[in-house]
Amino acid sequence: MHDNSPILEAKNLCRTVAERRLLDDVSLSLLVGRPLAIVGSTGSGKSLLVRSLVMLEPIDSGEITFGGKCVRPSHVPEFRRNVFYLHQKPAIWEGTVEENLERPFELAIHRGRNYDVDRAKSLLDQIGRPTSFLTQRAEDLSGGESQITALIRALLLNPTVLLLDEPTAALDADSTLAVERLVFEWFRGQADSRSFIWISHSPEQVRRLDCEVVKMDQGRVAT
Amino acid sequence: MMGVPLVASLYIELSWIQVALAAGLVVVSGILSIALRLGMEKSLMIASVRTVVQLSLIGVVLTWVFAVDKWYIVVLLMAFMTLTAGHAALQRISRRYKGDWLDGVIAMGVSTWTVLAYAVFVVLQDVDPWYRPQYTVPLMGMLLGNALNGVSLGIGRLGEELVARRTQIETLLALGATRWEAASESLRTAIRTGMTPITNAMMVVGLVSLPGMMTGQILAGAEPMHAVAYQIVIMFLIAAATALGTVASVLLAYRRFFNDRHQFEYWRLR
Repeated sequence: MHDNSPILEAKNLCRTVAERRLLDDVSLSLLVGRPLAIVGSTGSGKSLLVRSLVMLEPIDSGEITFGGKCVRPSHVPEFRRNVFYLHQKPAIWEGTVEENLERPFELAIHRGRNYDVDRAKSLLDQIGRPTSFLTQRAEDLSGGESQITALIRALLLNPTVLLLDEPTAALDADSTLAVERLVFEWFRGQADSRSFIWISHSPEQVRRLDCEVVKMDQGRVAT
Repeated sequence: MMGVPLVASLYIELSWIQVALAAGLVVVSGILSIALRLGMEKSLMIASVRTVVQLSLIGVVLTWVFAVDKWYIVVLLMAFMTLTAGHAALQRISRRYKGDWLDGVIAMGVSTWTVLAYAVFVVLQDVDPWYRPQYTVPLMGMLLGNALNGVSLGIGRLGEELVARRTQIETLLALGATRWEAASESLRTAIRTGMTPITNAMMVVGLVSLPGMMTGQILAGAEPMHAVAYQIVIMFLIAAATALGTVASVLLAYRRFFNDRHQFEYWRLR
């Protein structure tokens, strides 16, 4: 894919709930190799925008394109295989960390692909976690460890785009750096075909991300 | 057709004085409530009065329906019963959503009318005319009463599951799950919950409980084995109506919460 082509694009997104304009004609282009940081006060529409981008939320009008093509309803699971949304507090199921990493491969969309334990170990190694982390019980994980598990679970699926919704908001400094490192390593591994959007409240983190910043204000992209 | 001799002389016809004597037992319960400060005497009284009024009314209506003997009157009565049951099924659930009443009525209607038709035309066969209220009305009443429980429990549990599992469902959708894959755990739990009472009832019937219909037939002078055969048929019909009703209601609710873009419309839950 060419560097300047938008991999994910929102055109004139609008969403009104109870006469409140939550998204007001929002347009946004995410280019390959050119990640974005989204900032803005609470309630400005940041989360709603990225959730709409991955089609977890409906829109009243506007268009979302992936690789220049409109995403049809029947292609949404396929689209989400490529564009992954990471919640601030993602679900972790009962069982071990490894069982959680294997879980997505039970879904029809990932059938034919296998859980790669070596890749999982290598990702853990990148953030200095021992292999024994895989056998840890999910219920014993801290918030930071849960987020790391969820991120590794996503990275094992080889997405093209990551949409990160304040993934480190509730984490301590060490876990925050671990999550950032995992994302940076994933991105640098194939920066010519990948990209990400990171919602953050932390100016320090935005500086570390070192990417274009988009500011949201009252459902609009502030200019 | 299975013959059930209902000979008037075989049972003791009750006078209203005898009914009043039975009501004395409710007074005893009321006194217990006062003595133990349960605060239930008022609701006991209201429930008792409602029992008398509602059953007397249906007695009058049934007498009239039996006398008129027209198919459209029977169908109208059963349609009214279905609408009332659909409404009642939703009254007890805590998590309501827009359109739940319609889902309840459709689920109740499809399940009970299908099973009733099967009972009349396939199982009993000799019901003549096909709408004969002696069979259709009591059968419908029993089917609705039980399907109502299944629908109520099923939809109620689904609402609770969707709230409790919201993050899980969204995580699955984000991982590329279809709406069906994301919802299936909640749907299965809801359907199991709706089916549990009837399955439990079938497990202990005859051992712990003697069903009301069978008891009624025996009291009215029917041969116990005839009454038992009827009861077995009824249990199977009830189980089928409950299963169909529960599955239909849960699937209808699923269609409201998950759209074809594989989005979970959690905000529909009140």
